[in-house]
Amino acid sequence: MEHKSKAVREPLIRLSRRDVIPLYQAILIRAAAILLALLLGAIFIYSISGLNPLSVYQSMFEGTFKTTRRMWDALKDTAILLMIGIALAPAFKMRFWNIGAEGQVLFGCLASAAVMIYGGERFGVNLPSGVVILLCLIASVVAGALWGVIPALFKAKWKTNETLFTLMMNYIAIQLAAYAVSVWEYPYGSNSVGVINSGSHIGWLPTLFGQNYGFDVLIAVLCMVLMYVYLRYTKHGYEISVVGESENTARYAGISIRKVFLRTMLISGAVCGLAGFMIVNGTSHTVSSAVVDNRGFTAIIVAWLAKFNTFIMAAIAFLLVFLDKGASQIATDCQLNTHASEIVSGIILFFIIGCEFFVQYKVSVSLPFLKKKN
Amino acid sequence: MTTPAVQLENISKRFGSVIANAHVTMDIRHGEILSLLGENGSGKTTLMNMLSGVYHPDEGTILINGEKASINAPKDAYQYGIGMVHQHFKLVDLFTAYENIVLGLPVKKGERKEQNEEKIRQICENYGFEIDLEKKVYDMTVSEKQTLEIMKVLYRGADILILDEPTAVLTPQETDRLFEVLRNMRADGKAIVIITHKLHEVLEISDRVAILRKGEFVGCIPTAEATPQILTERMVGKKVELQIERPLPQSPELRLRVRHLNVISEYGLPVLHDVSFDVYSGEILGIAGISGCGQKELLESIAGLQKTETGSEVTFFPAGNGTDTPLIGLSPRQIKKLGISLSFVPEDRLGMGLVGSMGMVDNMMLKNYDECSSFFTNRRTPRELAEKVMIDLDIVTPGVFTPVRRLSGGNVQKVLVGREIASAPSVLMTAYAVRGLDINTSYTIYHLLNEQKMKGVAVIYVGEDLDVLLALSDRILVLCEGQVNAVLDGRTATKEQVGLYMTHLERKDGNSHGA
Repeated sequence: MEHKSKAVREPLIRLSRRDVIPLYQAILIRAAAILLALLLGAIFIYSISGLNPLSVYQSMFEGTFKTTRRMWDALKDTAILLMIGIALAPAFKMRFWNIGAEGQVLFGCLASAAVMIYGGERFGVNLPSGVVILLCLIASVVAGALWGVIPALFKAKWKTNETLFTLMMNYIAIQLAAYAVSVWEYPYGSNSVGVINSGSHIGWLPTLFGQNYGFDVLIAVLCMVLMYVYLRYTKHGYEISVVGESENTARYAGISIRKVFLRTMLISGAVCGLAGFMIVNGTSHTVSSAVVDNRGFTAIIVAWLAKFNTFIMAAIAFLLVFLDKGASQIATDCQLNTHASEIVSGIILFFIIGCEFFVQYKVSVSLPFLKKKN
Repeated sequence: MTTPAVQLENISKRFGSVIANAHVTMDIRHGEILSLLGENGSGKTTLMNMLSGVYHPDEGTILINGEKASINAPKDAYQYGIGMVHQHFKLVDLFTAYENIVLGLPVKKGERKEQNEEKIRQICENYGFEIDLEKKVYDMTVSEKQTLEIMKVLYRGADILILDEPTAVLTPQETDRLFEVLRNMRADGKAIVIITHKLHEVLEISDRVAILRKGEFVGCIPTAEATPQILTERMVGKKVELQIERPLPQSPELRLRVRHLNVISEYGLPVLHDVSFDVYSGEILGIAGISGCGQKELLESIAGLQKTETGSEVTFFPAGNGTDTPLIGLSPRQIKKLGISLSFVPEDRLGMGLVGSMGMVDNMMLKNYDECSSFFTNRRTPRELAEKVMIDLDIVTPGVFTPVRRLSGGNVQKVLVGREIASAPSVLMTAYAVRGLDINTSYTIYHLLNEQKMKGVAVIYVGEDLDVLLALSDRILVLCEGQVNAVLDGRTATKEQVGLYMTHLERKDGNSHGA
């Protein structure tokens, strides 16, 4: 066979995986990414609206940091998003694709709201607030755990696909919530549950550090530390890692995969339920089928980006909340269309996540005209 | 002298901080079989992958037939007439042999299947292949699949062939047939490179031996001047004892009794049929058989990982005057709770024996993390063990917390064997313990197994290299189609005898109970 002789050509770009990267380089890459993002965002803002990009960025910053109240509001949202991320971490680490946090949180919300309504002022029961809070806590944790363990039971027993199963459980929870709203509707005709125990505040979480959301933040911080320790330093955490890496290795090591599935999903669901408790008792004091507001899905991103390190999850959750608040602040302050302001925060997020690629890989470009002839 | 088929000049390749190849300069000639020899991680496969377009050299030039070449993709390699047969076959199971051969080639106008088939038949005739073009890949034996892979490469017009460990999965008879084909190709003027760890094959088949050590080219020796001793020394860089010892078993006593072991696969086919044998302390029982004829299921049945049919019996006899314990139906953890220490080095090292993403420390505690009563894991003891194993077995790793997946094959196996031996087993089962390992590491493993044997451990060694099985084992059990076909004395059995029992099932009445 005759071979075509070809001109020697080199590909333009080559990627190679970095082994280790010096810390300063990693920081430089990330800083450069943020700068580039702000620059691109600025060009975008100026070209579509003619506004001064700096003032737009200022109002974005103010969205979270202008007042103490705004800061606590952002902290509360961070706490709830983080909490759901914490719940998902053990499941995903076990490679159990729990897409059902939305439903698990919502079911926890429903359980908690039920306790508040039937133990509160509306039916004249008026239990002490502390008792109601305790009962809400138990009910929401049990409800979340129940919603989480059902798919695990089916997977352990019949090897059902947990991705589909947990996803579909979300819709069941949403339908149940819609039904509950119609039963608990108050005042009649409002098509909503209204603020539960609005007069007596029975079951509302008390203030902490003089803040309405103090307890929400405290619970999330506690869980963050506990889950970190649980995953890293306990036998359960070790088993989760082994099962997640290879079921064959787990069998070889004598680990009961069934048991680990069930136990971990009980915990994952329970923490989701706890997030529901934080939403209903600590924040919204009402319930609807949209009360979780897709945070069950956003939290999946939080968990994976942080590679299940709960402390990094806190940073990512805060970033997402900051960008979200910033976008709506821009929209009101600068009369920038909401879509445009979301594009600005989208650009920033894209660059921050995208730069991790350059932290992991080295890119070398060879330009033919720069090469010496040999 | 004619132009060499391939000239490598000053080729270097690094992955991060790891240097895979450093300034390699060598040539590959037409009408010659070249063996490429080197320890694990010495850069053999990386070097050949640069020829086949998988990697691109960082430095250096490749000349093909005297012309400078730039190979950026496997497609380019084909253009230059280079074809590589990888260790792991790349075939479509559901397609026939013919479909796999023509897969991915552009269809020419007016192309007819008959013409292509004629071309394939021509190649078969030239080199002495046998191939059934209508057979589906999933019906093929390993050897047939390999023939098909070679055919694929030849059909694309390759005249420079690279074979990565082609004999690792073949029986002696199949290896002989492959070598016959390779000799025919050499006679036809093709350039052939064969990567292998088996020295006797290197000496049998090749004309020259190129040796790599730690990524560097050590030199090329004409095979006629080579001996196993010389090759090993150049490869390792120091003197190596190439003798497998076989001390006499010291006061062997019955340790495991297997009777009427039956296993049925999830598709309802019998995998093990009425398997009965005994295992003694202080001896190495070799298990031979073509790949996939029940070895895995046999070991896993003993380890409590495999579901067995009713009537199967595995009984453990402890040393001294303890009572015998039936093991069938017990899980690995239940067996351990009874105080029975079964060690098992499974075939799939990173998929079963170890957790690839964890470091040595976490892997050391895989089987006994549960022993202390605390809710928390104790990493102090495993860490000490990891450091000890690292030193004792000379494991090359950046640290005891580096994920074991990043280590080379030989080091991964040392981690696994080191852990299994550390638990002071009374039975040690190993499946293909030296597969893919270089000669130096292999001998380390043989030595470790002999050490265990002398300590009174009952060692079961499932192997594929018959020379090693015959040199190491006290007794050899030959499996054929999931049945015990023969139990031979390792000191008197011959390679031909074992090879025959591996492929031809003796129909006999009654049971052979080994021993």
